[in-house]
Amino acid sequence: MATPLKKPKRKNPVLRTRAPMLPPAPRSRISLGLTSGAARGVFELQVCRDCGAVQYPPREACRVCLSDRLDWTPRSGAGELVAHTTLRHAMENYFRERLPWRLGIVKLDSGQASGGPPGQSESGTPSLIVHVHGDCAEPPCRVRVRAMLDRAGQAVLLALPEKDTPHMSDDPQMRELTCNPKFRKVFVTDGKNPVGQAVVRAMVAAGSDLVWVGEAAPWKKIPGFEEIKALPEVTVVDLDVTNPDSVKRCAGQIGPKVDILVNTAEQHRAYTVGGRYGTENARAEMEINYFGLLRLAQEFGPVMMSRGADTETNAVAWVNILSIFALANKPDQSTFSASKAAAHSLAQAMRAGMHKTGVRVINLYPGPLDVEWNQELRPPKVTPAALARAIVAALQGGAEDVYPGDIAKDWYERWRRDPKVLERELAQGE
Amino acid sequence: MTRRAPYDGIVVTTPVSIPYVRFSTRGAHWWIGRALAALVRDSGLSKDRFDGVCATSMSLAPDTAVGIVQHHGLTPRWLDYIPMGGVTGVVAMRRAARAIQAGDADIVACIAGDTNHIDSFRQGLENFSQFGKDAVYPVGTGGPNASFAFLTDYYMRTYGARREDFGKMCVAQRDNALAYPHALFKTPLTLEQYMSARPIAEPVHLFDCVMPCAGAEAYLVMREEEARDLGLSFGRILGTIERHNAFPDDPVQYRGGWAMDSGELYGMAGVTPDDIDFFETYDDYPVINMLQFEDLGFCAKGEAPDFVRSHSLTVDGSFPINTSGGQLSVGQAGGAGGFLGTVEAIRQVTGQALGKPVPDAKIGLVGGFGMISYDRGVCSAAAILAAGD
Repeated sequence: MATPLKKPKRKNPVLRTRAPMLPPAPRSRISLGLTSGAARGVFELQVCRDCGAVQYPPREACRVCLSDRLDWTPRSGAGELVAHTTLRHAMENYFRERLPWRLGIVKLDSGQASGGPPGQSESGTPSLIVHVHGDCAEPPCRVRVRAMLDRAGQAVLLALPEKDTPHMSDDPQMRELTCNPKFRKVFVTDGKNPVGQAVVRAMVAAGSDLVWVGEAAPWKKIPGFEEIKALPEVTVVDLDVTNPDSVKRCAGQIGPKVDILVNTAEQHRAYTVGGRYGTENARAEMEINYFGLLRLAQEFGPVMMSRGADTETNAVAWVNILSIFALANKPDQSTFSASKAAAHSLAQAMRAGMHKTGVRVINLYPGPLDVEWNQELRPPKVTPAALARAIVAALQGGAEDVYPGDIAKDWYERWRRDPKVLERELAQGE
Repeated sequence: MTRRAPYDGIVVTTPVSIPYVRFSTRGAHWWIGRALAALVRDSGLSKDRFDGVCATSMSLAPDTAVGIVQHHGLTPRWLDYIPMGGVTGVVAMRRAARAIQAGDADIVACIAGDTNHIDSFRQGLENFSQFGKDAVYPVGTGGPNASFAFLTDYYMRTYGARREDFGKMCVAQRDNALAYPHALFKTPLTLEQYMSARPIAEPVHLFDCVMPCAGAEAYLVMREEEARDLGLSFGRILGTIERHNAFPDDPVQYRGGWAMDSGELYGMAGVTPDDIDFFETYDDYPVINMLQFEDLGFCAKGEAPDFVRSHSLTVDGSFPINTSGGQLSVGQAGGAGGFLGTVEAIRQVTGQALGKPVPDAKIGLVGGFGMISYDRGVCSAAAILAAGD
């Protein structure tokens, strides 16, 4: 059983903040397929379309039949830990600072659906070199392998015990591969909308130490806000993301303490291109959904990046709530979709920068939320509580791209298959 | 399989070693150049007579063998570059022998040389192989330590080897090294010191690991009459094997390619394991010695721990191994580590040991094991050498 994490002491402000080091990031191009799966929280290996052989490490051609038709395919990850070691020495500073560190070799089970022609069995299953959770027994023992993103944002494999164990997320290696809110300080940028309030409650439930909640317009009475304010973990701060001075003041006040930032500030209207004359509505959406994010990134980004390895409660994650409409425009929410597409693009650049110090940028692309401006859309719609649960799951689990809700998953699959087909279908209102 | 032609009339001669240093400010070409100069000095040949060159180095990039001949003013008609780490000593020999038999070359200089700057070992690991870069370096292995820890862990668990058994080999090799002038480790090692050493990647501890260093090793391959004309002592090549990526489906490596080919090795050589007077194993970690004892026919799979317990392993023992001290006590000079055993075996069978000679050494076995890529050593090789006269 992992030793339960104790609430960390307050940091001595005189002590030097440990500079963030990273695990080695370089990978071959073909190997990034593993990262692509891990980014969605899926463990995928290449499987040969012609003979069914499973490949690892990633290859350009099948090790059995030399076919180049290798498809990244989800795997169960069930297998046996056959050998292990505990590193007491490391060449790279990232690991040197985190010793001891447990590694192992896992032999995956065979007999999974091969994906090849009928009658073809898998030819040997590959051995995986994995990080090993502290609750895994001595080999030989049963384990589950997951693909996780490490602090450099690249995929690595982690062996977990076959069944969940108490406090397993407190294992130091597991915590290094996730962004668990437990004992961390979270900033929710806008608490005056249903999503913001759901996120605050979810973070408190997940063990956040302290949750700052942004409030843009103190004079507005919003249902539920008083209850949020009354939670002992919550502190309300002034923040209007459309106002550069306000963002700067807020970052000066709490920026150096924020471990996880969840941007819940959002402007949402639902109009076709011609449905609302002029650009004011579109400007308002861009002002919050795009420029607001940019202002936050400029004020909070650098200080969070400087704290990427600051004790066990370091800065770990920046969460953007985008929309599945960011990938393909929904014509009856034309300007909202465009503003989310702009934010999506900016988030990619933020990710490129923040990975360099180990801070993960997590993007959520939910389907339509069950909120007032989606009134006319048919279900299924994502409730704010479900969205908040998806955020916590991503922080605890390790995905960086999340598609909450059935519509988001459906659109995402169609978008991956052919963005043009999706565009045409959306134009026809499907 | 076609019966392999013997290496009749081909000999190995002129073993040279450039004394190792832990860190060197020189480039790899310096080490290779010193080895070439030593070959010239000890053979009495001018460098123009080396019409074949087979070379290896792990710190020569961006150069290869082409860079070596241009740098050192050689004009060979046969050139080979073998970036295969621990098997290069054997592989260079068998290729050179065939080239000479075929008439493609007359005298082949086989050279391995490497420098070792501060941090060059780590940089080498970082870019060792695509599989290494993608799937093992990023998880913190710090190079071969963790990969060999898996092998050692599995082997101990499966076959009951104890740390004391590995320690016995390390202690014996250190004893051999005390007499070998170029060994980097010059103080005796006791079993107590071995057992109390700090852990590196459990169950691998400090004295299970080779020390990266700079150095060079080389020898010549030529026709017997040529060696006689030059008055050079020589050894004969009775048999060799080479195998790559053997048993890729073994979940953890517990045998090497030798297990596929040892019958052929002894058949070609016309000898049995009982005829072997000494064994230069590839010893980057002691567990690999055990794999070689088993896979090269000295005992059955899983019996190497008992084999070790029942033998004395020093030069004057019942089963002498790594008579110069091996890489564990001499140091691992990059690619030259793959040559160390071959060069020492040539010395032993030609009566030129720099350290202690194996009494009445007639037939020696050399093992090679190379290129720890991802989870295992990919290349294996072996050769049986005999005294020339």
